[in-house]
Amino acid sequence: MSMYSLYLLVPLAPLAGSLLAGLLGKKLGRNGSHWVTTLGVAISFLASILIAQDVFAGHSFNGTVYTWLTTQNVSLVVGFLIDPLTVTMMLVVTFVSLMVHIYTIGYMHEDPGYQRFFSYISLFTFSMLMLVMSNNFLQLFFGWEAVGLVSYLLIGFWYTRPTAIYANLKAFLVNRVGDMGFLLGIGLILAHFGSLDYATVFQRAPLLVHDTLSLTGGTSVSLMTLVCVLLFIGAMGKSAQMPLHVWLPDSMEGPTPISALIHAATMVTAGIFMVSRMSPLFELSETARVVVLVIGASTALFMAFLGIIQTDIKRVVAYSTLSQLGYMTVALGVSAYPIAIFHLGTHAFFKALLFLGAGSVIHAMHHEQDMRHMGGLRKYMPITYVTALVGSLALAGIPPFAGFFSKDAIIEAVRASHIPGADYAAFAVLAGVFVTAFYSFRMLFMTFHGKPRMDHHTQEHLHESPAVITIPLVLLAIPSVITGYLYMEPMVIGHYFGDAIQVLPGHGGLEEMRAHWQGVGEFIQEGVLSLPFWLALAGIASAAALYLKWTHIPALIQQRLSGLYTVLDNKYYFDRFNEVFFAGGARCLGTGLWNVGDIKVIDGWLVNGSANLIGRFSQRLRRVQTGFIYHYAFIMIFGVFILMSLWFVKA
Amino acid sequence: MTAYPFLSLSIWLPILAGVLVLVLGGEKNLCRTRWLSLLGALVSFAVTLPLYLGFSNATATMQFVEMAPWIPSFNINYHLGIDGISLWFVLLNSFMTILVVIAGWVVIERRLSQYMAAFLIMSGLINGVFAALDAILFYVYFEAMLIPMYLIIGVWGGPRRVYAAIKFFLYTLLGSLLMLAAFIYLYFEAGGSFDILRFQMLPLPLTVQILIFIAFFLSFAVKVPMWPVHTWLPDAHVEAPTGGSVILAAITLKIGAYGFLRFNLPITPDASHALSGIMIALSLIAVVYIGLVALVQNDMKKLVAYSSISHMGFVTLGIFMFNAMGLEGGLMQMISHGFVSGAMFLCIGVLYDRMHTRQIADYGGVVNTMPIFASFFMLFAMANAGLPGTSGFIGEFIVTLAAVQVNFWYALLAATTLILGAAYTLWMIKRVVFGAVANHHVAELKDINGRETLFLAILAVLVLAMGLYPKPFTDTMHASVMQLIGQVSTSKY
Repeated sequence: MSMYSLYLLVPLAPLAGSLLAGLLGKKLGRNGSHWVTTLGVAISFLASILIAQDVFAGHSFNGTVYTWLTTQNVSLVVGFLIDPLTVTMMLVVTFVSLMVHIYTIGYMHEDPGYQRFFSYISLFTFSMLMLVMSNNFLQLFFGWEAVGLVSYLLIGFWYTRPTAIYANLKAFLVNRVGDMGFLLGIGLILAHFGSLDYATVFQRAPLLVHDTLSLTGGTSVSLMTLVCVLLFIGAMGKSAQMPLHVWLPDSMEGPTPISALIHAATMVTAGIFMVSRMSPLFELSETARVVVLVIGASTALFMAFLGIIQTDIKRVVAYSTLSQLGYMTVALGVSAYPIAIFHLGTHAFFKALLFLGAGSVIHAMHHEQDMRHMGGLRKYMPITYVTALVGSLALAGIPPFAGFFSKDAIIEAVRASHIPGADYAAFAVLAGVFVTAFYSFRMLFMTFHGKPRMDHHTQEHLHESPAVITIPLVLLAIPSVITGYLYMEPMVIGHYFGDAIQVLPGHGGLEEMRAHWQGVGEFIQEGVLSLPFWLALAGIASAAALYLKWTHIPALIQQRLSGLYTVLDNKYYFDRFNEVFFAGGARCLGTGLWNVGDIKVIDGWLVNGSANLIGRFSQRLRRVQTGFIYHYAFIMIFGVFILMSLWFVKA
Repeated sequence: MTAYPFLSLSIWLPILAGVLVLVLGGEKNLCRTRWLSLLGALVSFAVTLPLYLGFSNATATMQFVEMAPWIPSFNINYHLGIDGISLWFVLLNSFMTILVVIAGWVVIERRLSQYMAAFLIMSGLINGVFAALDAILFYVYFEAMLIPMYLIIGVWGGPRRVYAAIKFFLYTLLGSLLMLAAFIYLYFEAGGSFDILRFQMLPLPLTVQILIFIAFFLSFAVKVPMWPVHTWLPDAHVEAPTGGSVILAAITLKIGAYGFLRFNLPITPDASHALSGIMIALSLIAVVYIGLVALVQNDMKKLVAYSSISHMGFVTLGIFMFNAMGLEGGLMQMISHGFVSGAMFLCIGVLYDRMHTRQIADYGGVVNTMPIFASFFMLFAMANAGLPGTSGFIGEFIVTLAAVQVNFWYALLAATTLILGAAYTLWMIKRVVFGAVANHHVAELKDINGRETLFLAILAVLVLAMGLYPKPFTDTMHASVMQLIGQVSTSKY
């Protein structure tokens, strides 16, 4: 089989699975449906491994699959760019997707929409693969919107729940706000670079560094900055950066497997991937990178705070995802793109693990998600507990778990960076370490430790989840431990990404890290001695103190700091603001334009008004035609009199 | 050029079929009426296929030309021909007529033969509008087409059908009288010819161009419809039967935009440039203002009607930026909108036939009882919201890209449709399709039958096929669009 057909196989196998399960789900039955879809993704995963071997042997690919449309000397195509960055994403996506497919067999087995669910997650895998494999902006946008669609369908999977169908509409619309920026960015690229092909655009980019664009009369902005900021607005939507983050917590209304696959491991990292892919552009605009950095740092810290007060187990993980996406964005802001992708990869594993672990708990608890009704589960669910512990340690950044390497690398890169805003970012990511460790162990302790707080009936039925659920947990726990250690050196220090990512000299701390690199063992040693590690330990210790030992204290704190608690409980009032200002404003404006513009002015005055005017005028005019001859004769004589007078005056 | 006069056939076959349905089909023999109508529509579509198959992409000259004297004393000719711009509308129109016949199959209970005949005859007349190359011939088809539509709304419409029909008729008639005056003026300027292609080559001073432009504008802007002459459309849609709405949205709106392309741009290029700012402003108002208005509609048909106006704003925006991308984007938007808006109205018709209400508030949780229908409705809603992979994406995407080249702010305003279009469409879907079963009427709904599945599936395939591979469509347009760009960028005085 040629490499090219292998490339095609990667996205098409899940698509075929999705179509079969979606259109013939009834005929295939439940087993048939999960077999075809899981098989499709498994094929895709194996093909990705083969392609990865080929790519790291030095064979990249950049070519067209078919021409979508041509217009005005521009060819818009569907094509693949296969390089180290792409295959990394392909491996992450297909592996996590495969785990989630297997897990779903157990998790959703009672759901009436079983086949539909498999069809959707395979369709998602196809869309995500098309997104990461693209060699041009058109297909990137295609994939971008397609994953948004599947996310919409899956958040609203349980379509009778009012909260679910509210959440999916919200997710779609907030993403569309980002997409609007993204589309305009793509438009500017086509208008000024003359192409939507990555390679061509990147090649021409250095020539356009000093181009400016006059937007209003006097002011003009740097083209490159505007392009990058607009593209980043797209990334803010997908990767849930403040203030476009509001959809992600609500997306937890969807079934847990998709929270793991879409809203933790893959789709939400599309923005991170996209910015890394666009590194040749972002490297040319410092302003854009500062924007990226500040937004990322704010998201990393402020979303972590919200994780502290959540009581819904999935929401804790969701806010943790937001915060971790902030970390990745911070890495992008300081030009440490390889570290961002590194953290993307490790995070995909341990976050998918945490979500699936939470799902395993929810499954065992008969769809109870409130941690206040859990506790002591480790006795009943040992495998889930151990894997969740691994995930939490990785998330908290304890060596030698994967998250330690990627997170520490981000912190070091930020500290070494001199870009404006780096100090703020350094503070945010450091403070974030404490908060992260605190909320993740708070979750672990509340769920698995302490006394059981569930009702008697639930407690009696508690049991470890079946193998289809625990096997994916174990398979995800393994990379959550080892990938950091294995890939730290090649990905961050070495030239793993080749030319796929460009960092200009003097940008960011990556250079310094490379200069001082003394091996991964040294990195761990330094890590253990440095501040982040102690902050993480302090976080875990505080969580232990408050949620294992003195469990009455959290309520006291909540009472004392009720003002702060209210702010956090209302998620900094973002939702409220959006509901009142944007949603309410648009409805108000729409009603106003409709009632005043359309009904009153156009229809009332102009259309029916002119009709009425003509009608009334005719009514008046009709009175002239009285039918009495002497009236007509009088008017005639009067007219003749006037005409004659005029004639005399003129003469 | 060709042995068979395919254009004449595409015009007169449906008209003939319509007359046959009137004569042979009666109220007593519904079955015969139905099959005869379907046969007529199918044959009429079949004769348009050679137009595509035999079409040459390489040239911008008119193809399948037919020419015969009609009123020789005024040099009025029966002159037909199509280029890459009009080709698709003839095909689209003949195709949608088949779906309308199927959609009306058992739904129309009153005067079925007259209903079917009206659609068949209208289909022929509309083909005439797109194929006419003689101004008077164009005018005759343009006006004659109003009559069947007027009857369709007025006879088979809802409770306020008379108001809507008269509003529709007067609105559209008002504009076209000035167009006739412009034709007569051009006739004398052209030395006694109504040949549209000759009109296009006439040198004209700017003031004359502007007056002619305005005359054409009033006629075509009403048809599109552009803001602020759009208010007839929501009323017409709400009152029209499903089939009427489908043809209205899918085809007749396109005649306005087609008029701009065939008359305003090539005949009055300098006026087009001089007034393009206003045209673009009106287009953007249509996108944003109408998008907001669509958001707050309570009636599904009204919502889709406003959505149509908003989408047509993209078409006129694309046209008046005078670049190939904008024009082709506009044309693609028109073709796609034919499928998508037609499908949306058919979906609403499916619901209306069962529930006899179009109020969004009367629905909720339709997916529980009509899962297959819900999948189709969802797909078309996504196409309406411009999702990539569906046909609805192409036009919006290309026109936005074209707008960035002209002015960033145009593009910014146009791109708000990404949010607004998704908001009004998906909010409606949320309230109608999703949720728990809202009331016992919804609980008793039956999913779509074979006939309904047929027409929705055909449209679904087309929407996806066009969205995934639009190249064949634009390939036929290039030559004609480039010639049009040439015409509009050459000054005439």
